[in-house]
Amino acid sequence: MTKHTLSVLVENRSGVLSRVAGLFSRRGFNIDSLAVGVTENPEVSRMTIVVNGDEYTVEQVSKQLNKLIDVIKIKELDKSDSVSRELALIKVNATAASRSEIIQIVEIFRAKIVDVSKSTLTVEISGSSEKVEALEDMLRQFGIKEIVRTGTIAIERGNKYIKASNTEE
Amino acid sequence: MKMTGAQAMVKALELEGIKTIFGYPGAAICPFYDALLGSNITHVLTRNEQGAAHSASGYARVTGKPGVCVATSGPGATNLITGIATAYMDSIPMVAITGQVALELIGRDVFQEVDITGATAPFCKHNYLVKNVQELPRIIKEAFHIASTGRPGPVLIDVPVDIQMQELDFIYPSNVEIKGYKPNYKGHPQQIRKIADAISQAKAPVICAGGGVITAKATDIMTSLVEKCGIPVVTTLMGIGAIAGDHPLNLGMLGSHGVYAANYAVNRTDLLILIGARVGDRALGTAKKIAERAKIIHIDIDPAEIGKNVSTTIPVVGDARLILEELCNIIQPGDTFDWVSEVKRVKQEMLKSEQCINRDFINPKLVISFLSERLKDTSIMATEVGQNQIWAANNFVAKRPGAFITSGGLGTMGYGLPAAIGAKLGSPDSTVVVVGGDGSFQMSMPELGTIKQCGIGIKILILNNSRLGMVREIQKTRYNKRYSQVFMDNNPDFVKLAEAYGFRAERVTTHSQISAALDRFLADDDTYLLECVIDPEESTI
Repeated sequence: MTKHTLSVLVENRSGVLSRVAGLFSRRGFNIDSLAVGVTENPEVSRMTIVVNGDEYTVEQVSKQLNKLIDVIKIKELDKSDSVSRELALIKVNATAASRSEIIQIVEIFRAKIVDVSKSTLTVEISGSSEKVEALEDMLRQFGIKEIVRTGTIAIERGNKYIKASNTEE
Repeated sequence: MKMTGAQAMVKALELEGIKTIFGYPGAAICPFYDALLGSNITHVLTRNEQGAAHSASGYARVTGKPGVCVATSGPGATNLITGIATAYMDSIPMVAITGQVALELIGRDVFQEVDITGATAPFCKHNYLVKNVQELPRIIKEAFHIASTGRPGPVLIDVPVDIQMQELDFIYPSNVEIKGYKPNYKGHPQQIRKIADAISQAKAPVICAGGGVITAKATDIMTSLVEKCGIPVVTTLMGIGAIAGDHPLNLGMLGSHGVYAANYAVNRTDLLILIGARVGDRALGTAKKIAERAKIIHIDIDPAEIGKNVSTTIPVVGDARLILEELCNIIQPGDTFDWVSEVKRVKQEMLKSEQCINRDFINPKLVISFLSERLKDTSIMATEVGQNQIWAANNFVAKRPGAFITSGGLGTMGYGLPAAIGAKLGSPDSTVVVVGGDGSFQMSMPELGTIKQCGIGIKILILNNSRLGMVREIQKTRYNKRYSQVFMDNNPDFVKLAEAYGFRAERVTTHSQISAALDRFLADDDTYLLECVIDPEESTI
């Protein structure tokens, strides 16, 4: 089982997310993560869906998604030819003694402190899943109070792009 | 033109050429029913919304156009569900219109509120909740377009009652532009060339024709292809009628409930050509095994069907008729003489053994055969689900596409009677027979009232074994004869029941009575209920 990233252009309408999510549960496909937001065209949203499965599963996911009327276009992104990011906010215990050590770790990861209190620090990190997990691993020793993670979003490298109209590069 | 949402709905149906709709009113759809009073559209009041959906489905199957059913919010809408799912599984074009509670009340669990777009999403082709009255014309136009093009299917439009009452400026769009919906009809020429080569080289090719052949109106071209190239044909349950039942190259229905000759051919073929068939488990449960030793060609309009249940050697996406036309132009017949002789011999042997059946009791298979012999080529047979369905499928000789109407994919008991009503209204000059068991007939029995009210003639054949015969058979063979809830020993007197509605009816119990009874059954075009008391031990196959 490998992870596949699908970039899906959909109509920006209510109900689309539930149709897509419902399709996954009905057909027994596993979603690793799903992120959705509006595109440069306000009528179109873009979902980035990370699917766990073999080639057969990914082909079926794509074909079944394509059958949804609200789905405009689907492309599987090649990992080596795309940039993918996720964002996490991590609230970690921080005492006077541990605070500077935490800040050092955060700097190594090129993450940011976005909130501070007498007993906590909140760290913002963006990057690949692996990078986020690595930071989480380093911060665990101080006691993590809360983690909020987005799904992965991804975009192709270079001058390739996916458009709702038929002018795909 | 200024009009209300409800008037716009009626107007749009008229512009779509809809002559007959099936439905059941209620509070949330009242504005629509009020507007309907000013229209020439015939409305058939069924006895349950499920009957409306099944009737719309039967109507669609004989007319080839989307059937329309209408229901109110809440329970009206949920009663449609089985009919919508049935249509979805069999790729039947349908537009279902439901009333909904007022827009601002949605989500508050008010009286007769249910999320019907959410509920039906997994088994309809698309659905809409109308939130702005100005969008109604576009949505209805799109709904009919989506339902009837590509791989057909049901589309539901949920219209809040206040939207039906609001005014709009009605302009019906002349065409449809949906970014995410562009069915592909024309097959790839290179793939068609590969098919032609594969057929030329094959020693033992078989075509498996599914419902898609009927939908695509590909019967004539497929028949000329198989005659030109000498290719035997097996059909799925939905494909019955895709080639004439008495065509010498038609081996009959394949699968777990199919006939020996069809399965014989499929299990020995070196080239299986699937056309508009989705490789369902009941038809081709052994598909993977077949793929191990035979090439598989798959022609389907739905790309998602290709590779779903069996890996394919040569896939082609597109319309079956267009692809077969292309294929016929370029194909060079191979040498299949020995193969065709072999499968024809197997078919003949099978027919001989059928003639030795014991005739001391009423044999349902023979009843269907005798009935089939008496029916004109234009007749339509609808079935319920269970043993009756398989007896009908394997013994009715469908002479043309659309002659056999059954719930193939979902296997919906209670489908036959309302579907027959829709079929009769869609094709008034055809004799329409519904074959049912005592179990499934009782599921939609109240629709007798609809038949009476419409004043139409439906021929109702009940094969009564006072059992849920197919389930009983499963319990007999797989559950060591531990029979659980399969007895219907206190059935009503079906003859008296029919008479209560003013229909003629009779019951026969012995083989010698059948011929004369069938003659009376079909003597005129009035509704007639014929009950045949059959042996509970009669097997499905």
